[in-house]
Amino acid sequence: MAVQTQPAAIELKNVTKRFGEVVANDRINLTLRKGEILSILGENGSGKTTLMNMLSGIYFPDEGEIIVNGQEVTIRSPKDAFALGIGMIHQHFKLINILTAAQNIILGLDGPAQLDMKKIREDIKALADQYGFELDPDRKIYDMSVSEKQTVEIVKVLYRGADILILDEPTAVLTPQETERLFQVLRNMKKDGKSIIIITHKLNEVMEISDRVTVLRRGQYIDTVETASTDENQLTEMMVGEHITLDIERTEPVDPHRRIDVRGLTVRNREGLKVLDNVSFVAKSGEILGIAGISGSGQKELLESIAGLQPGESGQILYKDPQGNVEELTQKTAKQIYDMNIRLSFVPEDRLGMGLVGDMDLTGNMMVRSYKKGKGFFVNRRQPRELAEDIVNRLDVVTPGITTPVRNLSGGNVQKVLVGREIAASPAVLMVAYPVRGLDINSAFAIYRLLNEQKEKGAAVLCVGEDLDVLIQLCDRILVLSEGCVSGIVDARKTTKEELGLLMTSGRKKASRETVKENPQNGAVSTGAAAAGSKEAGHGRD
Amino acid sequence: MAGTKTGTKNVLHMVRRSDMNRGKALVIRLIAVLLSLSVCALVIVAITGENPLSVYSGIAAGAVGTSRRVWVTIREIAVLLIIAVGLTPAFRMRFWNLGAEGQILIGGAATAAVMIYLGPVFQDWLLFIIILAVSMAAGMLWGLLPAVFKAYFNTNETLFTLMMNYVAMQIVTFFVVLWEKPKGSNTVGVINQTGKEGWFPQIAGQQYLVNVILVTVVTILVFVYMKYSKQGYELSVVGESYDTARYAGIDVKHVIIRTMLISSAVCGLAGAIIVAGASHTISTSTAGGRGFTAVIVAWLAQFHPVAMIATSGILVFMQQGAIQIATQYGLNENASDIITGIILFFLVGAEFFIRYRLELTKVETGSAVGENK
Amino acid sequence: MSVILTFIQQAIVQGITILFGATGEIMTEKSGNLNLGIPGIMYMGGVSGLMGAYLYENSTDNPSVAAGVVISCLACALASFVGGLIYTFLTVSLRANQNVVGLALTTFGTGFGNFFGGSLSKMAGGVGQISVATTASGFQATIPGLSRIPVLGDLLFSYGFLTYVALVVAGICTYILTKTRAGLHLIAVGESPATADAAGINVTKYKYTATLSGAVIAGFGGLYFVMEYLGGTWQNNQIGDRGWLAVALVILALWNPAKAIYGSLIFGGLYILYLYIPGLGRAGHELIKMTPFVVTIIVLIFTSRRNKPENQPPASLGTSYFREER
Repeated sequence: MAVQTQPAAIELKNVTKRFGEVVANDRINLTLRKGEILSILGENGSGKTTLMNMLSGIYFPDEGEIIVNGQEVTIRSPKDAFALGIGMIHQHFKLINILTAAQNIILGLDGPAQLDMKKIREDIKALADQYGFELDPDRKIYDMSVSEKQTVEIVKVLYRGADILILDEPTAVLTPQETERLFQVLRNMKKDGKSIIIITHKLNEVMEISDRVTVLRRGQYIDTVETASTDENQLTEMMVGEHITLDIERTEPVDPHRRIDVRGLTVRNREGLKVLDNVSFVAKSGEILGIAGISGSGQKELLESIAGLQPGESGQILYKDPQGNVEELTQKTAKQIYDMNIRLSFVPEDRLGMGLVGDMDLTGNMMVRSYKKGKGFFVNRRQPRELAEDIVNRLDVVTPGITTPVRNLSGGNVQKVLVGREIAASPAVLMVAYPVRGLDINSAFAIYRLLNEQKEKGAAVLCVGEDLDVLIQLCDRILVLSEGCVSGIVDARKTTKEELGLLMTSGRKKASRETVKENPQNGAVSTGAAAAGSKEAGHGRD
Repeated sequence: MAGTKTGTKNVLHMVRRSDMNRGKALVIRLIAVLLSLSVCALVIVAITGENPLSVYSGIAAGAVGTSRRVWVTIREIAVLLIIAVGLTPAFRMRFWNLGAEGQILIGGAATAAVMIYLGPVFQDWLLFIIILAVSMAAGMLWGLLPAVFKAYFNTNETLFTLMMNYVAMQIVTFFVVLWEKPKGSNTVGVINQTGKEGWFPQIAGQQYLVNVILVTVVTILVFVYMKYSKQGYELSVVGESYDTARYAGIDVKHVIIRTMLISSAVCGLAGAIIVAGASHTISTSTAGGRGFTAVIVAWLAQFHPVAMIATSGILVFMQQGAIQIATQYGLNENASDIITGIILFFLVGAEFFIRYRLELTKVETGSAVGENK
Repeated sequence: MSVILTFIQQAIVQGITILFGATGEIMTEKSGNLNLGIPGIMYMGGVSGLMGAYLYENSTDNPSVAAGVVISCLACALASFVGGLIYTFLTVSLRANQNVVGLALTTFGTGFGNFFGGSLSKMAGGVGQISVATTASGFQATIPGLSRIPVLGDLLFSYGFLTYVALVVAGICTYILTKTRAGLHLIAVGESPATADAAGINVTKYKYTATLSGAVIAGFGGLYFVMEYLGGTWQNNQIGDRGWLAVALVILALWNPAKAIYGSLIFGGLYILYLYIPGLGRAGHELIKMTPFVVTIIVLIFTSRRNKPENQPPASLGTSYFREER
């Protein structure tokens, strides 16, 4: 414990926040000293963002105290937070596209009716110069890169006089050079006496920028350590925790064959950033290939590319059917894939926005996959209705009936309906994204059983997951994505959470750049480059 | 912290109803209708100085007082209904077709052209079929443009279809001048008054029965199409989310254009029913704002055919009644538009109470920092 | 020379009604409300101004011009305000669909105008058409000295005061949108109410203020038409499609009131162009009259096809905003 001559900028004591049954933050203690950079480290769902939202006035804690500059406070709205000098830079920017940087910065502030843009511009310039920002106040937001928009958000907070800044995963959207520039700015702000919290799960950045690290895991406070006296391995252990045995039955892959072959796939998002960078791997029949990664590492785009919903920039996607014929799926639309009679099932992450039709009832949602069946002009409703009834019975879907719009079902039941429908097509390829998110433990196990069933039937199962314990015990192999690159493909039976954690956070620079070499004798395939990558990641910092 | 002040105050809070049962929703709508009718009556009483009872009986007499009036009322309901039915597939797809006015006008102009130029040439039954086909094709053309630009450029369809109305209106004015009879009157007059070529035939001595049959058939067809066909399913999915549609392997652009063609074809047909089946003339007021009223009818009915018939029925009943009263007092028939507006305001407002519940909740006011400044 | 002069004069006369409507609609749309009731509101404003003047002129033997003008302006403002209030209450407070309410309001307003315009004199016990010559003379009065200047006087000073009001209002609205805090907040509300709300801007207040003032401005378009153009009389459906031209002009002006001034001149010119094209015939005239709408459609297509984002419709146009449903 350091001796403090002045009160901490922020002190949280036993702060608890619940959402219904779920405890998002369980008696969290945290101290932000004046003039330091504190990292908050944790996996997805560890409660970092919830905690920070309570500081910025978006949520209100159920229990506990918040002490700012030595005085206990109540923060009910973002305005309250600003009044206390707390400013948060959210992951999703709150900016008006058609306005300039300067206009966005002063938005919502009181002041004289007529705007003195010259003065405002000068004030902003002064702020920017003080901390080393590069910012043109007259540039429109729509003309800006993601990093410039982030700069606007930071200046907006500073302009309002914040001396405590909270940044929620600020580097997730930045290139390495932009990250470096941001860190320089943060250091300047620290020098100026600002206190900064940075939420992240990239270990190298934690090591680089922060003075201390607070680790959260599953809503619990784990510990706070001085960055200088720790290393990436220790942090990973704190972050992922003990190995938990789940008792998921896992069978050996039977007669695995190449089913999906992705070669050098590169996809750019609308901003032109590479969200998938030269991704290559093979998914085989009769096995479950897990896909791990920090959220937003390209998982969504990878599955959507295979499903024909995301046009790629370059690369190839090949499909080999059970008879051994190879078809090209590259640049095909979902409709074309359907017309090719390829049984490809997909449980997308956005259930109601993509997988299901919220306003339609269960029968109508079964028809999403089957309405084209049959020759006639009219749809067949009998089979979908029977399927809906079957899914309700078999998966214990809680619903008033099959004529209820799926929008009115709870999250877990929505997921059962979707997974049930996708499995019913007896797919050759089954892709699932976060299949048990929001499900209780029994439903989760029901889903695991269904995935295993499909594997035994010979489907190639691709499962994007966030719980490493589950991935290790459910899958046969695990592909790790890091910033759009494959940073490794490991044998799930032999890997550890630490190894996965390090691969996930290794960043773009350590990702494999060589093509995947396959060993047909073994279900678990690893690549030379990926293995080397993981080794490097594991020991590179020593 | 200084200035901490807390207290409680009552705040009116809106809560979204998760699921409203049909009966309750119906009661709310009925209350809205009754309220609107009372307000309409009050307005009429205020203007005419007549006692309310005789106003009501005047309305009833105007709408259904004689068998001819009954038929006119039915004819008008049928026209409003078919336009609303035509708009329904587009609305289901969340495509705001505000262009029914134009589609009706163009369909009507095409019908008039067939009657004028082909009337003397072809047999009646052939004319009838040509009129149906040509009016639908003309309506389609008017729907095709905004649909194509929506599908490929994502051009705002609300404004596009709206502008198309006035292009159609000028085209109709152009033809009115071209076809005017007698010269210089600036009206077309009754087309083929003597030979009745191209007029919809009378069935069982009833002039408007063909209209009713046509509208009934089209209504059934459209609702069967929407509910039971693969294409109807596709357009509902497109209306919900383009992403889900692509996921389901639906060609979104194709569906937008196809659905809009159907929608505008039915509106074009409505033009034929008005021109060949009722007025037997063409003017810029052939659509008479019914394309807009139908938008509201279709939206209020939420794709239920029965609700659509009921809403059209109430509106037309009141309009016909108001026209009767206006004539009685030597006032002009635009009174019916005022009545329509009032009823619609109430019905539209009532939707809020079906979707939301008002709750009075106590909230704490003031906060430690809020009072600080 | 004199032909061109008359053409410009006539274009301005035609354009002012549309300019009022467009300026009002721009302010409304900037708050995210697509008010398709503007054509109806123009009828309501026009007929109410007429009714106010008529009732005043009939109540006194010796009506004064100034009083007539003031009364009709007040009546016009009040009626347009009520029209705007119906729209705002239903769409903002009761969250009803904007298109639906707008169209209902246009039906109502047009009916309101035609009914009272056509029936007023009979209801008041008179005969024949309404005519408020005294009040109208106030609206038609030109600036005595200046309008006498040759050419320049005809071109710039031969109009009633509402013409200049229209220009000034469009100017003020441009100033508000580009130079003031309130304008900045209004733009934010129309672009992204959620972001504006998060920044502490009262979304409901801005939507009400913008839509109500927009309605009143548009209502004066109706008053101008009735008083200055028609000279204080009423003819059913005479305002015609000018309300929709105003909605169209908003698109042509790319949501900028200053550009609406030029746009109104173009629309006004296109509207009367047929008179100046020889050998067209009456039918041809009607085809020329559709050009404003065709031009608008072309502009609409081009703006949707890669253009500067600030030339697009406000991003939240047509949608209601509810905080709880984020």
